Amino acid sequence: MAGSIPVSATASPAAPRKRVTPWQEAWRRFRKHRLAVVSALILVMLVLAVLVGPFVWTVPIDEIDFTARLQGPSWEHPLGTDDLGQDILARVLYGGRISLAVGFAAMAVAVIVGTFVGAVAGMAGGRLDAALMWLTDLFLSLPELPLLLLIIYLFRDALTGLVGPELGVFILIVIVIGGFRWMPVARLVRAQFFSLREKEFVEAARALGASRSRLVLRHILPNALGPVIVAATIDVAAAIIAESTLSFLGLGFPPDIPTWGRILFDAKDNLDFAPHWAIFPGLAIFLTVLSINFVGDGLRDALDPRRVK
Amino acid sequence: MTSPRLLEIEGLKVHFRTDDGMVRAVDGVSIGVDRGETVSVVGESGCGKTVTAMTVLKLIAMPPGRIVEGSILWQGGDIVPMGPDQMRSIRSKEIGFIFQEPMTSLNPVYTVGEQIAETVRQHEGLSRKAALDRAAEMLRLVQIPNPSRRVHDYPHQFSGGMRQRVMIAMALSCNPKLLIADEPTTALDVTIQAQILDLLNETKERLGMAVLLITHAMGVVAETAQRVVVMYAGKVVEEAPVEALFERPLHPYTQGLIRSIPRLDLAATEHHRLEAIPGTVPSLLHPPHGCRFAARCRHAIPECTAGEPALREIRPGHKARCIRAEEFL
Repeated sequence: MAGSIPVSATASPAAPRKRVTPWQEAWRRFRKHRLAVVSALILVMLVLAVLVGPFVWTVPIDEIDFTARLQGPSWEHPLGTDDLGQDILARVLYGGRISLAVGFAAMAVAVIVGTFVGAVAGMAGGRLDAALMWLTDLFLSLPELPLLLLIIYLFRDALTGLVGPELGVFILIVIVIGGFRWMPVARLVRAQFFSLREKEFVEAARALGASRSRLVLRHILPNALGPVIVAATIDVAAAIIAESTLSFLGLGFPPDIPTWGRILFDAKDNLDFAPHWAIFPGLAIFLTVLSINFVGDGLRDALDPRRVK
Repeated sequence: MTSPRLLEIEGLKVHFRTDDGMVRAVDGVSIGVDRGETVSVVGESGCGKTVTAMTVLKLIAMPPGRIVEGSILWQGGDIVPMGPDQMRSIRSKEIGFIFQEPMTSLNPVYTVGEQIAETVRQHEGLSRKAALDRAAEMLRLVQIPNPSRRVHDYPHQFSGGMRQRVMIAMALSCNPKLLIADEPTTALDVTIQAQILDLLNETKERLGMAVLLITHAMGVVAETAQRVVVMYAGKVVEEAPVEALFERPLHPYTQGLIRSIPRLDLAATEHHRLEAIPGTVPSLLHPPHGCRFAARCRHAIPECTAGEPALREIRPGHKARCIRAEEFL
């Protein structure tokens, strides 16, 4: 056992004290937010389902069976079939991959662009800051949806010709959605930078000879990360919705790639006699977005030390 | 042979452009520091002590701040014209800096060990492991118990006094020749203040470095400094060895500062209120004509406001900026 207990007053007790990193502390606070924990679990299950699902439920997504058109849920087709007799469960599982991938990739684009713009504006100040904020306001005031439609209409063919239809549309949609979501992140990061760069520890690091890039990357950015992470989760949800909207308007992925929005688009004409076709992909979007938002809520509480309960 | 002084600030003028006009925060200050010496700069809030200290490492915001005149000679070489890269190599490697506020001067997201190690690695290019070992060694130097374990702790796990020790460890980690301490004990309670001052004195002896101590507490001065520079309204008003200054202050402002130290020995025998210097520091936007202290001075005569008094050597090693200084001898 811990036999030798030091006698010296300056020595520590023999039992090793638990070390709490800021991330562990955040995790402890996150766990208190029950709804967020449940949502995180649901989210993990959804992600697992779309990643592993197609290997377990091996029914092909494009097997046409006219003898089984527009059937409701049954053992053979748990979520029913569409007007071509394709299995909806298989299509929802496969489409979820695309929808979630679009969500996360667009979030990454928004966060990277937003953080960069915000950091440059916040560090530079003065005229460059004014110019960048002017650009941000400009983007915020653009009517998003008509512009999205226009951009996709203009560039889809060029890009699909370049890298193939699936990848082309994927890149286009990710860039377009991400390109319209970076502004809140930029404003957030800029505000954080303005307050953090005056903090004593940044001044102290400067006095100790840290270079400008080091100050930004090591001292300011990590401290600004909390709100950015929260904004990022909300962005994932918004991007998934945006992708669904685009697909629903017929401007997203081609029909053979059944994203959740695309399935909804295909189902909309049959709502009165085959509601299951729309309900299940709709439910998937709803659950995903809702749980991401709750997780974002939980993260906000966990990462904002002023809201400790 | 005359080797240059370690630090020689000559006629430094630092002005800040504000909406109301030019603030002459530091208006012709000369301070010298020799190797291994502790020089203390005293004065009340707003008299330019901190700006002087920060200017040495060019830590003031420029703009709005500007070094208008004067030179800062570091071992004989002027650092006023130096660019940011050269300044970086001087910061902490040559001149260490400790701030007033230990509670917020450490980055909350890294362990103290990582923060000390970061400085060491930047300047000496040590490996991660070696830098962490050095960090633990520095924590031992500043007498933090259990240094090899405490390096892995986060700032929030340290008390205020402990954090100031960590700040000192960080400032000393690259063996600077000069340590500038800007009111290192102001934010701490009295018992901890004494510990930190002892620590500063001890490490100074051990490492043989010089210290430029900025403070407004005369008690701190008496305990640590060899030489004292008294600043008032952006100017040096008196400069003397510490014993001479306490024994016979030659500027009325210094006299007021010394009278305003609470004295336990007198309090026991007689009842009287602690003396304060009436009034406040004049605005540095439009400094008064003549002696800047005249309006608050109990010895002021009409001649005081006639012209700016010069800083004169009244007796060997003891300078004062007062036309009546001889009368106080």
